[in-house]
Amino acid sequence: MVQMTTTNSAVVTLPTATQILITREFDAPRHLVYRAYTTPDLIRRWWAGERGEVTSVEVDLRPGGVWRYVMVASAGFEVAFHGEYKEIIPNERIVATEVFEGMPDAAALTTATLADKDGRTVLSVLVEHSSQEHRDAHINSGMEGGMQESMNKLEQVALSLA
Amino acid sequence: MARAATTTDAFNAVAEPRRREIVAALANGQRSVNELVTALGVPQPLVSKHLRVLREVGVVTVREDGRQRLYRLNGTALKPIYDWVKDFEDLWSERFTRMDVVLAELKETEYGDGSDDDD
Repeated sequence: MVQMTTTNSAVVTLPTATQILITREFDAPRHLVYRAYTTPDLIRRWWAGERGEVTSVEVDLRPGGVWRYVMVASAGFEVAFHGEYKEIIPNERIVATEVFEGMPDAAALTTATLADKDGRTVLSVLVEHSSQEHRDAHINSGMEGGMQESMNKLEQVALSLA
Repeated sequence: MARAATTTDAFNAVAEPRRREIVAALANGQRSVNELVTALGVPQPLVSKHLRVLREVGVVTVREDGRQRLYRLNGTALKPIYDWVKDFEDLWSERFTRMDVVLAELKETEYGDGSDDDD
């Protein structure tokens, strides 16, 4: 497994042909990372990264409860994910399904785990797809980064034709 | 993602679990076939077969060292895979950088001074 050399980067590895593992260390105790990860008003502030604005966050944090996040990417299109919580251990683990609404057949099972490490917290998000094709598509969507790239290319083509 | 035959595509070559184990084992430095057999706990002919596939796509290179052959990773061949994952990784880095800001605020609220209070 790749060692984390900096705390600022997420580390993404592909443990098997159908999995994605995202890991990051935070300078905060577990219960606060859990809060940031599960509270709608806080999720709104981080989930889009630098790629757009979060427009809706629904979180029904209990087994069988549903979640749905929506963002509008900078290029203007909407990206939505939803799923159902399967298992919740507060401050420790959340297991949930995850569906990208642009690719509804590719449901993944996501396990987010929080662990203590020298007063800090390691967050691991394991995404398990049912096939390698779906796993690869998940990465390709990059998520909307891939689409953004396509848009940029399309724009270049359009400009070259003008 | 378009895929070529296993023997011409690093993506497919490392899609096989055993071959990924070999790549992981070589990530710490060069290894002989026997060392890989020990590390993976699988028969030598199987290890050799996988090494052949990895060599054909350039993911590993081999050199003779006396009586043994030493295998090492070739980062250049793995770069397309790295690039492929990188945009996805960048997205999560952006998310987590923003989460750092949220967490700093939560810490300040909880501990009052927002200093590195890691207990």
